Amino acid sequence: MVLGFLASQLLVGLSRAMILFIVSAGLTFVLGVLRVPNVFHGSLYMIGAFSAFSIATQLGHHPASVWVAFLTAPLVVALIGLAVERTLLTRLYQREHLMLILFTFGVTLVLNDLVKLAWGADYRSILPPPVLQGSAVLMGVPVPRYNLFLLAVGPLVALGMWLFTHRTRIGKLARAAAVDREMVALLGIDVNHVFAGAFLVGAYLAGLGGALVAPSTSITLGMDHTILIEAFLIVTTGGLGNIWGALLGALLFGLTQSLGVLIWPQFAIVFPYLATASVLLVRPRGLLRSVW
Amino acid sequence: MVKVRRPATSETLAGRTWPIGFLLILIPALLPAILPIFYTYLLALIFVMGLLAMSLNLVLGYGGIYQFHHAVFYGVGAYAVALSITRAGWPAPVAFLLAPLASGLTGLFIGWFCVRLTRLYFGMLQIALGSLLWVIVLRWYSITGGDNGIHDIPIPSFLRQILPAYYFILAVVVISLLVLYHIVRSPFGVTLQAIRDNAQRCQVVGVNVRLHQLVAITLAATFAGVAGALYVVLERSVFPSMLFWVLSLEVLVMCLLGGWYTFLGPMVGAAIVVTLRTTAGRYTENWTMILGILLILLVFFMPEGVLGFLGKLIARVALPQGRQQEFKRAESAQAEEKVIPGRSSHE
Repeated sequence: MVLGFLASQLLVGLSRAMILFIVSAGLTFVLGVLRVPNVFHGSLYMIGAFSAFSIATQLGHHPASVWVAFLTAPLVVALIGLAVERTLLTRLYQREHLMLILFTFGVTLVLNDLVKLAWGADYRSILPPPVLQGSAVLMGVPVPRYNLFLLAVGPLVALGMWLFTHRTRIGKLARAAAVDREMVALLGIDVNHVFAGAFLVGAYLAGLGGALVAPSTSITLGMDHTILIEAFLIVTTGGLGNIWGALLGALLFGLTQSLGVLIWPQFAIVFPYLATASVLLVRPRGLLRSVW
Repeated sequence: MVKVRRPATSETLAGRTWPIGFLLILIPALLPAILPIFYTYLLALIFVMGLLAMSLNLVLGYGGIYQFHHAVFYGVGAYAVALSITRAGWPAPVAFLLAPLASGLTGLFIGWFCVRLTRLYFGMLQIALGSLLWVIVLRWYSITGGDNGIHDIPIPSFLRQILPAYYFILAVVVISLLVLYHIVRSPFGVTLQAIRDNAQRCQVVGVNVRLHQLVAITLAATFAGVAGALYVVLERSVFPSMLFWVLSLEVLVMCLLGGWYTFLGPMVGAAIVVTLRTTAGRYTENWTMILGILLILLVFFMPEGVLGFLGKLIARVALPQGRQQEFKRAESAQAEEKVIPGRSSHE
């Protein structure tokens, strides 16, 4: 029984870690390539969740409606991100970090109010796709199917990011620009396009995280705040700009929280913060090599 | 001799501005006589937030340190007052003295670990350590009241009226600002600015860079604790969002909005944010969008902040011809420094 509880907590932690990883991967990618600490990443995540809600409810009871939401909501978010990058952010790459934080925080305030105007302050929720509703029994323990699904999606996203950064031209260029953008520019490559592509991918991942979290949580204003600080801590724990570091950091964050419930339920949420703070005290530049 | 370059605008004008400084104290002292009570309260809130922002600016603007989680020290100060009055039953004066002490010690502790790092890494470690404190306050229901906070804190009865509270806050803020001003102009403050402009050079000439930064962080945290205690005087309640990261971002915004290379800029920034929230917030729920648009415009058109911009304007109009040349040179030197791209500017 205790073992079963442990296993189910482990699964909860792992599936939470997958969401955290997807969001943090986007944040760390933008941070690595563009050197922009993107404060409105959390808002993009929230917009992803709200868009998924709207798309799924618009399509009604069709079994595929949530799947369509999973596919399209991140695209909507990616386009919003790209629009902000192309119109405004692209003019600010030479500026210091504080100005970028100020700017992205300004965008956060605007986006959050737009979300409030569009969707209101109510709590929203959607159900997982019919196939993923209910529980499966694994080793005698009932396990929500949706958590198993998230467990599969996380590694797929990791694989996708690896293929993108190692097998596509723009991905390779993005990696090169992360290390030395002047050199990339000197080779006659338009760094601006690389940046736009990288930001698009980062925003897409934020939206994907939001869309995927939508069936397993209540969608509400303010959900951006928590994810933002968690994602920033994960990104730092893993090493700024390192996607595998984001995976490690997300696992650390998700697992310490869910296993903390076993040790001291009331303080469960304290454990991930304790873990990341301890890691950073020992390795201030993160677990894995930062691209900075 | 250390050459201080950046704060050309306000500093050069400051020598002749003591009558303005006098007015800056006199006007707020007289205002409650003509203002409705609500605006007196608003003004007091501006002073509290302004002190918080100015304490941040000691490390941010003058120290060039990425203090990303300043709200923690504010929250610690407020909770120090709240807990020592409600939980320990200590007299209020003791509680009020304890607040800056607790915040200063927290600043020393967190700063101790952070000064080994620079820039974004500094900021991120501070966010990690600060968030740990926040989440402990948030969950420790038996002591801190958890996410409910602590309300109706029994502060001395004479401070429960808005007017005495206002003058108490005004007096403490004015004294704090005078002390901050002296810190900024002291050899320590000048060295701090030199470190901001070129830490490596300072290290080479024998300045203990980390020690100076640690002292600055501790001092800033102490004044943030004073602001936190004053908040309790004004509101008589505390809640965990006072330690939350979003408030830190907001305070950061106040500094940059008002002008982080000027002394009083953060106060102006605080005034803008607080006024916007309370006045625009009464007409529209979407006041934050106005603030957001304001910030975006600021980044594009007025990156030196409101006071920095005004200072420039005044300098252009009022300074004699010879000084103008000097001023322009200082400006272009700044500009040059900022546009150098590449890794060095990010590390």
